[in-house]
Amino acid sequence: MNVGFSWNLVDDIRQMWSLQSMVSAFRAGTIVAVLGGLVGWFMVVRKQSFAGHTLAVVGFPGAAAAVWLGFGAGFGYLGFCLVAALVIAALPTQGQAGYGEESAVVGTTQAFALGAGALFVALYKGFLNGTNALLFGTFLGITSDQVLLLAAVAAVVLIVLAVVGRPLLFASIDRDVARANGVPVRLLGVVFLVLLGATAAAVSQITGSLLVFALLVLPPATAQLITARPARGLVLSVVLALVSVWVALFIAYYSPYPVGFWLTTVAFGLYLLTAGLSLAARRMGRRPVPVRV
Amino acid sequence: MFAQPFIQHAYLAGTAIGVAAGLVGYFLVLRAQVFTADALSHVAFTGALAALAAGLDARLGLFVVTVAVAVGMGALGRRGRPDDVVIGGVFAWLLGLGVFFLTIYTSTRSGGNGSAGVSVLFGSVFGLSGGRAAVTAIIAVAVSLIVVAIARPLLFASLDETVAAARGVPVRLLGLGFLALVGVTAAEATQVVGALLILGLLAAPAGAAARLTTRPLRALGLSAAIAVASVWLGIWASYALSPAPPSFTILAVATLAYAGAATYDRLRRRAGAPVRPDGAGGSPVRAVAEKPAGVG
Repeated sequence: MNVGFSWNLVDDIRQMWSLQSMVSAFRAGTIVAVLGGLVGWFMVVRKQSFAGHTLAVVGFPGAAAAVWLGFGAGFGYLGFCLVAALVIAALPTQGQAGYGEESAVVGTTQAFALGAGALFVALYKGFLNGTNALLFGTFLGITSDQVLLLAAVAAVVLIVLAVVGRPLLFASIDRDVARANGVPVRLLGVVFLVLLGATAAAVSQITGSLLVFALLVLPPATAQLITARPARGLVLSVVLALVSVWVALFIAYYSPYPVGFWLTTVAFGLYLLTAGLSLAARRMGRRPVPVRV
Repeated sequence: MFAQPFIQHAYLAGTAIGVAAGLVGYFLVLRAQVFTADALSHVAFTGALAALAAGLDARLGLFVVTVAVAVGMGALGRRGRPDDVVIGGVFAWLLGLGVFFLTIYTSTRSGGNGSAGVSVLFGSVFGLSGGRAAVTAIIAVAVSLIVVAIARPLLFASLDETVAAARGVPVRLLGLGFLALVGVTAAEATQVVGALLILGLLAAPAGAAARLTTRPLRALGLSAAIAVASVWLGIWASYALSPAPPSFTILAVATLAYAGAATYDRLRRRAGAPVRPDGAGGSPVRAVAEKPAGVG
């Protein structure tokens, strides 16, 4: 490394932020953490982890195709993730995804998309290092244009989420009662998958396609261990995601290992810590077991 | 084409793995555990690179790590079935660990190069040597035999867990044993189609078979047949259409088979093929999928 780490954290951060690329990385990381924490929370409540993971990896062939054809990778991620979200939404009985035959469809879609990614990589020769960056993320190459694109995507997703948030929560927790009350359950399901796709595409730019899932599932799962209340859970999930991303970027700057590794490790560490604490608290009987929604 | 030794090796290993993946995959779909297989396939990547980073044979890491994680996840979950968030959390982190090993491997090992990670992820069936292909085939045949041997109780346990448990079928043990088999299959298939694409070989033929026939044992055989056919046609297509990697062509054939089966099924339904009124004619997969949440 060209810069040394000292235990004076304020100096370290000042030094790190004197680089334009690191400032961009932190901006992008913050946007992505807010998105991932919020949308991921709904994903965990709706038990759509498998669909979320599929949408996440589908970004890879998109990015590979975009690079092969000469577009920016960001548009490739976004395009493929949104199309895949619509494909999964078009399958019958979505919302129950991950069960029985439907999971075979999701799995086949995912594997075929990745196979196509392998094909694009093979077609675009001399792409080897780029492949690793697309799969596992890099924070060095983030430009301010990319940050702008991310901010635009995030703004749209957050506005839509703010509008549909309440009925979506209702439909996620009790589908049948929500439908009986006139909530358009199926439409909400489609809208949510599209939001999930856009979020996965945005997160991919930092973590790479394979590690998106960590940011989508770990902070919300940790938040749910702590509280079952939706509003608190959402806030907590965002906070945990932010901490994970910031700490990961900070460590990655001073270490030779990729940011994706640190991100998953920090997030998983927080999850384990919380699980251990809540188990201990339950054993001691000091507080009631939080009800999982 | 068949005079080339690397093609012969590819066909030898590919056929055996196709059978194993088809058989295991059918039970995965039946037991609604496709996501678990997805997780294991990513864990396989970490296992291979951990072994490479430590200077060992990649296959050692593949088998040890996938089987250990498979059994571990099963043990964490209820009745040998891990739940969504546990699977997601564990494998997301393990995958991150895989990236860490990839960095170590590429930066410290003298023989290491950037393509190791890519070849583990996307497979290299044309790179198998004769000895490796033989070992791979033997293990795959052993997995297939075990699956066939436990097919009946496993089928019972998968379709109605509660009744099976009441009848004295060791449901939990079967669940764990099955997950271990999935781990071995994932480790095997990594060598042919790569860690990222195993899911297609497991899910697509099984899904297609479940669409084509309602009888479990027939579907089991059909699933294996479709998987083998996908591997055969895929390898041939990759050889014929030069730049296309074999992993892509194998999966493309499997996906086409699934799409074809789904279309055929839909047309047959629309044509008004006899469906028994009590719904007993429905596929067992569908019966499991339609069971209301909370039952079983």
